[in-house]
Amino acid sequence: MERDVMSFDVVIVGAGAAGLSAACRLKQLAQTQQTEISVCVVEKGSEVGAHIVSGAVIDPKALNELFPDWHERQAPLTVPATEDQILWLRNSTQHWTIPTWLAPKTMHNTGNYIASLGNLCRWLADQAEDLGVEIFPGFPAAEVIYHENGSVRGILTADMGLDAQNTPKSGHMPGMILEAKFTLFSEGCRGHLGKALIEKYALDQNKDPQHYAIGIKELWDIDPVKHQPGLVIHGTGWPLQGDTNGGFFLYHTDNHQIAMGLIVDLNYSNPWVSPFDECQQLKHHPVFAQYLEGGKRVSYGARAIAKGGFNSLPKMTFPGGLLIGCDAGTLNVSRIKGTHTAMKSGMLAAEAILDAMQNQQTEAISFESHFRNSWLYDELFQSKNFGPALHKLGPFWGGAFNTLEQNLFQGRFPLKLHDKKADHLQIKLAAHCLKINYPKPDGLLSFDKLSSVYLSNTNHEEDQPCHLHLHDNKQPYRVNIPLHNEPAQRFCPAGVYEVIEESSQPRLQINAQNCLHCKTCDIKDSGQNIQWLPPEGGGGPNYPNM
Amino acid sequence: MNTNHLKAIVAIKRVIDYNVKVRVKADLSDVDLSNTKMSMNPFCEIAVEEAVRLKEAGIVDDILVVSIGPKNCQEQIRSALALGADRGLQVECDVSASPLDVARILQKIQQEEGADIFLLGKQSIDTDNNQTGQMLAALLDCPQATCASRIQIEQNKAIVTREVDGGLLTVEMPLPVVITTDLRLNEPRFAALPKIMQAKRKPLAVKTLADLDIKLTTDIELISVSSPAHRQAGIMLNSVDELISTLRSDAQVQIPKHGEEA
Ligand SMILES: Cc1cc2nc3c(=O)[nH]c(=O)nc-3n(C[C@H](O)[C@H](O)[C@H](O)COP(=O)(O)OP(=O)(O)OC[C@H]3O[C@@H](n4cnc5c(N)ncnc54)[C@H](O)[C@@H]3O)c2cc1C
Ligand code: SF4
Repeated sequence: MERDVMSFDVVIVGAGAAGLSAACRLKQLAQTQQTEISVCVVEKGSEVGAHIVSGAVIDPKALNELFPDWHERQAPLTVPATEDQILWLRNSTQHWTIPTWLAPKTMHNTGNYIASLGNLCRWLADQAEDLGVEIFPGFPAAEVIYHENGSVRGILTADMGLDAQNTPKSGHMPGMILEAKFTLFSEGCRGHLGKALIEKYALDQNKDPQHYAIGIKELWDIDPVKHQPGLVIHGTGWPLQGDTNGGFFLYHTDNHQIAMGLIVDLNYSNPWVSPFDECQQLKHHPVFAQYLEGGKRVSYGARAIAKGGFNSLPKMTFPGGLLIGCDAGTLNVSRIKGTHTAMKSGMLAAEAILDAMQNQQTEAISFESHFRNSWLYDELFQSKNFGPALHKLGPFWGGAFNTLEQNLFQGRFPLKLHDKKADHLQIKLAAHCLKINYPKPDGLLSFDKLSSVYLSNTNHEEDQPCHLHLHDNKQPYRVNIPLHNEPAQRFCPAGVYEVIEESSQPRLQINAQNCLHCKTCDIKDSGQNIQWLPPEGGGGPNYPNM
Repeated sequence: MNTNHLKAIVAIKRVIDYNVKVRVKADLSDVDLSNTKMSMNPFCEIAVEEAVRLKEAGIVDDILVVSIGPKNCQEQIRSALALGADRGLQVECDVSASPLDVARILQKIQQEEGADIFLLGKQSIDTDNNQTGQMLAALLDCPQATCASRIQIEQNKAIVTREVDGGLLTVEMPLPVVITTDLRLNEPRFAALPKIMQAKRKPLAVKTLADLDIKLTTDIELISVSSPAHRQAGIMLNSVDELISTLRSDAQVQIPKHGEEA
């Protein structure tokens, strides 16, 4: 098919922290170098921020560099973190408070802000547009387009108006090619184009496999009397059990709201684990219930997190483009922070692109040296052992190791821990694992999946190709259902995968309309049989303030 | 023969997106709109699409899109320009204007523009008033056709099929005319990327209420907003007898005993 083509100097895929920071930096640098540069950002969400889920306690380090006057520009970072609490939930009613000197230094939050990353992205988008960046929400990048010589030429946006059988409906609008000298991929964790690029250019050669977690988040209006803006609570322990690791967060933001959630590492082995239900159960612990009781849940969302860190970080440049932010995996797991690092990676990419354009290079090779000379590199290098320690030694001894390493050795422990087994390979046979019976939700503190998904405002046009593609339609019946009791039923936080018994035959039903674009199924399916693809533009959640 | 070179005005409203679950503020003072996705009212989008189709058919040659609201309603004006409208006008207004005020403002604009066709959505999905078009027609003292599902413009007249309870009603009236759109009139197109870029360069004027010499009326006051009552969870019963006794005792339904007169 003949496609329309539009050309820019730089095309950026994804209006998240990384992509928007890159866009702003490109324009700023062009201004100081008195050159013109055309920058276009495509975003699959119906608006900037619609698909962003984060905690978030944000380190303003990168923002200070990008917009030193962000205060005057009214960036939505208004609640400074004032108090850190680190807790160990011993069981369903008790907890220990870990003295701050015993916790890894990286867990201290003085100088950081509690904020909504979605709102920060909305603000960054305004700054970018003021600088002349073209931002197009509602346009997913569906495919990477290559030049004949194998370098990246740009992307193809998704078609609009195809029916479930892939045939054009009335009003069908074919996708267009957006070509550029450089294309930046900043899709966040497990971008489907990032995944394809890593494979095509073997960017992860000699690296540890990427490791992931799923983060589930809720926003609550709480009783103003119980509200302590600036209070940051982190912890681990109950209700997670066995080799299921993770941690929770509870942040007192502004407007008498609490952001809370649970992050569950996706290297768990028990197929009966349901991160969603773990999160629902968690809220009944007195640590949470004391704040949430009498409150009202106002939003729900979920998103995967790339947490492999330094050891898993792929090569970030390739001919015609770069992979930045969580699409590459720049999150600092020792601080569970990926915003400032994603932003910084975008800013460094912008510098490297301008170098390359000046020197007429097709690969932004100076990125490597910009990166090595930056605080981003130091930060990621220093926390390289954090994730592997938790994976290998468990939360208790791993945590102890991390305190020692981060506080005594400043992250320069002369040993490098590795975690070489990919998360999806960990899942065990259902029959060999303890079946977990999660308590029924009470409708006050805990809820079922459907009423949760309702609060995400997710929606997809019904008559369109299913955006969750199974490479092999029979695999669930051969492997996932008989051997693992289809873990997707439980790890999907939106109830997309349902096994329905039909005349004693199980049938896997995919309710694609509910999808939250968290990417967990693409990551955790043991046979890597599920491919997440972008649905029609604008589909997916519409998160406010997440 | 077609009547050519007509002028159309489309009034559009920025409303909470239809996908978003509406949430009432904790103090019940209004709906919480902070950082929620806002869009063009779907009926207004249909009105824009219809105007663009009339333009493509060579009947209309100038489409002005008007929105009354704070600065961010320019986003919706830009969307309409991307769909094919020619010019935009934002009337700055930081409070929610009542249907009558909106009609008065549009009347002023019509006095300056002298359009032949005024298109509006039949109602906005936020306040559901279904009044503005009717009031505007009254103020302009011109014919109106509400809830249109088909529009034909011929020789200075409009032939409009209206959706009415249980059927369709076709009416004919001379221009200028006010038409409000119903769901089945058309299916709005997707805006293409190049059109969205071009839309950024189309003219978008801004006027204040003072420019139009309008003072808002203050005879409607929003007292409170509340969410629909929570539906109670269902219960499972085992027999008809149990159902009847539960209806009698819990739901206080008067059910006559067997053999009794109702
Ligand atoms: C529950 C949770 C809590 C967290 N807490 C914190 C915290 O407290 N502090 C902190 O600093 N970090 C935190 N993080 C991590 C942080 O959110 C991420 O590191 C950060 O969002 C990464 O930014 P990014 O720009 O790389 O990707 P994202 O923020 O994910 O943005 C990617 C954007 O690209 C868009 N996109 C993706 N694919 C396409 C496509 N093909 N076409 C068009 N658009 C596309 C997406 O819709 C999205 O808008 C948390 C994450 C989670 C899930
Ligand atoms: S279908 Fe996959 S991407 Fe969508 S919500 Fe479920 S796990 Fe996440």
